[in-house]
Amino acid sequence: MKQDQTVRAGTAEPSDPPAAERAEQAAGTNEAAPLVAGADVNPSRIDQTAAEGGETPAPGAEQREGDGASEKARQTVTPEKQSDSSKQADAPKGGDESGSAAEGATAGAAAKNEAGVKAADSADADKEAKRKAAAEARAARAAAKAKADGDGGESAQPKPPSPNQPLLDRLVDILKREVGEDAVESAWINPIGDIPTVSLRAERLVDCARVLRDHPELQLNYLRNVAGVDMETHMEVVYHLISLNNKINYSIKVKTDREHPSVPSVSEVWSTANWNEREIYDLLGIDFPGHPDLRRILMPDDWVGYPLRKDYVPADPEV
Amino acid sequence: MELDLENISLEERRELERNVLLTTLEKVKGWARSNSLWPLQFGLACCAIEMMGASSSHFDMDRMGVFFRASPRQADVMLVAGTVTKKMAPLLRRLYDQMAEPKWVVAMGSCATAGGPYVKSYSVVKGVDQIVPVDVYIPGCPPNPAALIYGINKLQEKIRYEAATGKRVTER
Amino acid sequence: MAIRTEELLLNVGPQHPSTHGVLRVVVKLDGEVITEATPVIGYLHRGTEKLAENLNYTQIIPYTDRMDYVSAMTNNYVLCHTVEKMMGIEVPERAEFLRLIVMELQRIASHQVWWGTYLLDIGSLSPFLYAFRDREIIINLFNELCGARLTYNYMRVGGVKWDAPEGWIDKVKDFVKYMKGRLEVYDRLVTGNEIFLARVKGVGKYDAQTAIDYGLSGANLRCTGVAWDLRKTQPYSLYDRFEFDVATAEEGDCWARYKVRLEEIRQSLRILEQALEQFPPEGEIMGKVPRVVRPPEGEYYAAIESPRGEIGCYIVSKGKAEPYRLKFRRPSFVNLQVLPKLLVGETMTNLVTILGSIDIVLGEVDC
Repeated sequence: MKQDQTVRAGTAEPSDPPAAERAEQAAGTNEAAPLVAGADVNPSRIDQTAAEGGETPAPGAEQREGDGASEKARQTVTPEKQSDSSKQADAPKGGDESGSAAEGATAGAAAKNEAGVKAADSADADKEAKRKAAAEARAARAAAKAKADGDGGESAQPKPPSPNQPLLDRLVDILKREVGEDAVESAWINPIGDIPTVSLRAERLVDCARVLRDHPELQLNYLRNVAGVDMETHMEVVYHLISLNNKINYSIKVKTDREHPSVPSVSEVWSTANWNEREIYDLLGIDFPGHPDLRRILMPDDWVGYPLRKDYVPADPEV
Repeated sequence: MELDLENISLEERRELERNVLLTTLEKVKGWARSNSLWPLQFGLACCAIEMMGASSSHFDMDRMGVFFRASPRQADVMLVAGTVTKKMAPLLRRLYDQMAEPKWVVAMGSCATAGGPYVKSYSVVKGVDQIVPVDVYIPGCPPNPAALIYGINKLQEKIRYEAATGKRVTER
Repeated sequence: MAIRTEELLLNVGPQHPSTHGVLRVVVKLDGEVITEATPVIGYLHRGTEKLAENLNYTQIIPYTDRMDYVSAMTNNYVLCHTVEKMMGIEVPERAEFLRLIVMELQRIASHQVWWGTYLLDIGSLSPFLYAFRDREIIINLFNELCGARLTYNYMRVGGVKWDAPEGWIDKVKDFVKYMKGRLEVYDRLVTGNEIFLARVKGVGKYDAQTAIDYGLSGANLRCTGVAWDLRKTQPYSLYDRFEFDVATAEEGDCWARYKVRLEEIRQSLRILEQALEQFPPEGEIMGKVPRVVRPPEGEYYAAIESPRGEIGCYIVSKGKAEPYRLKFRRPSFVNLQVLPKLLVGETMTNLVTILGSIDIVLGEVDC
């Protein structure tokens, strides 16, 4: 069962002139799907289409909400759409000028009906046209998506500021005041989980750590996790902290370069960092000056190399 | 008194068959050794939990004479249960050398057999037979305690066969 | 005549019946008293984190089982939970109930293993048999549910793999009733025993400040009076729907940890009762998950309460099907750090008692 009509409500809508060509193409491919490329799909509008168009498979449209929409649905996107990214309403055949995609959808439904009638006798040209249309559709889709990302703010609403933004500001404030202006390199809210994250300078790390632990407002006395990450250009050490009293999570990152990675040790501030830093040294090779006992912990003492690095080559792979 | 084996009456023969057992010394040794295998407690990883489960009340290996010993000097068989890493390998060899003859090795689980799910890892020895000679391989991840008991039974059969015939099992 | 003493360097080697796996402790002894102890780990380091960089998330789930092999369900859950949070996937209710029931049963099973082996280390043989006999019931329940006894590979990103077969819920209900009676047997057998009390009271004591400083979690933290249980303080799954108490004790020694863990079994049974009553009779077991699990670019750390403490999973994702960096925060690794501090001044026999009460699993320490 072919995907008869899928309508994507969104911003960029095809303009009038190509509508005729599109309908013809639709006829040639036995389906009409005036694709309204856009950033997001609006189920309510699709349902409206179903109500009015009558044959739109709403489940089909809903399927498109996720990734992997069926290819057939995009066949009627024409190259012309690439050029016009304006928000002109579309009205194939019908010719309504309206700004809402719903109307475009309705018109599309009308077009589809007509196209369906015509398409009965063009089954041969089907496959040919399908392939061509599919290729064009993919190109147009990519271009349209790029456009949509480009004008970003217009289509999507601006993201509401995270509720933890004041916490982040306060944290940066405290660190700047207590330790120094240059302590904090950057600060942002991790969108997944709304976690305030700061990136600190390596030289100021121990002082910052003491402030984080002792300051009466923060009281980050529990170091949950220390992880080292090998980004190919640099290395990072990430600390996850929580206060047992306030139950607020924070994330601290320290960047260091890859050739001679070195991050001051915080094991005097939180004793739990002792073994965690040894593990990071063992597996990634990051040096921790100030650590009481930095030696290998998981690998044998005479192991050469740092296994978790991205460019690690095992010395004896056949054993 | 002369023992006349030529003319034995039927009752005497029956009596003899009931009370006298004729066998070879090798077979007796094989029977004794196989029924009293004392493994070295060598649980390394997850298979150790199944080994413990096999020796506890539900599956009870003690009824087969299998009784775990902590010291290699007192053990007959080494049940390598779990992943052998490159850090552990020299110690495994040393423990094997410390065991007294006759000794056997059972590789329990797929990590000990051939590296298991960690075969692509940089720090895992791909099979304990690279270090010690293995007699019985028990596949599984982890093998059911019943599978472990089956493996022990196979080892017992192997011991008895090799004792009785003097040939290695692999040449059968 | 003066007595000349020398320090003895004793290697409680990786192959030792009471080190709970391949842990090596190098102790310096002055007679019977320990002056310094250094744990050496890494004998079971299998490189899970490196292997994970080439596997997609569903393929990593069996590896998580084998980390803390005594409580595999919680390990499965931490990975699935982190990925679900990153992708914003909603898990259907029946699947979430199944996960919770399975995790609580796993908590009971893990504490049973701990109880049995701890008492075996201390010297009594019967509790080991009792504990493993009761654990067999749970293992058989899991076997019916997902086909494996120890490494289940049961949860998937977005739900669980297998639905509960018919009659399984009733069997779990029977088990809960049975286990309540068994806890009293355990108490009668061990808890009031004077020899046992003499061995654990006052041994391996530390205070709350040390515990927080060292990042201890689980029963090791709660035995000092800090009521920090991630099921209550940062609820995940459906724990905020059920009523249960956080088990704490005041003393901070091995006896306190023992009490806390037995109380945790009681609370788990309580949660199980409530969950089994509210179990939805039908529903989906898998949520809407794209065919290829690709978390968006970013990073996330999520932690849950495993029987050993706080197990966490830190994923750095570059939008691909494999993680760029996957790190597990293992409770046994962090809890073991406090061992050298606790052992100074203790006798050799108390080494075993203290090590057992911290409840480590070497698969987790080494990852």
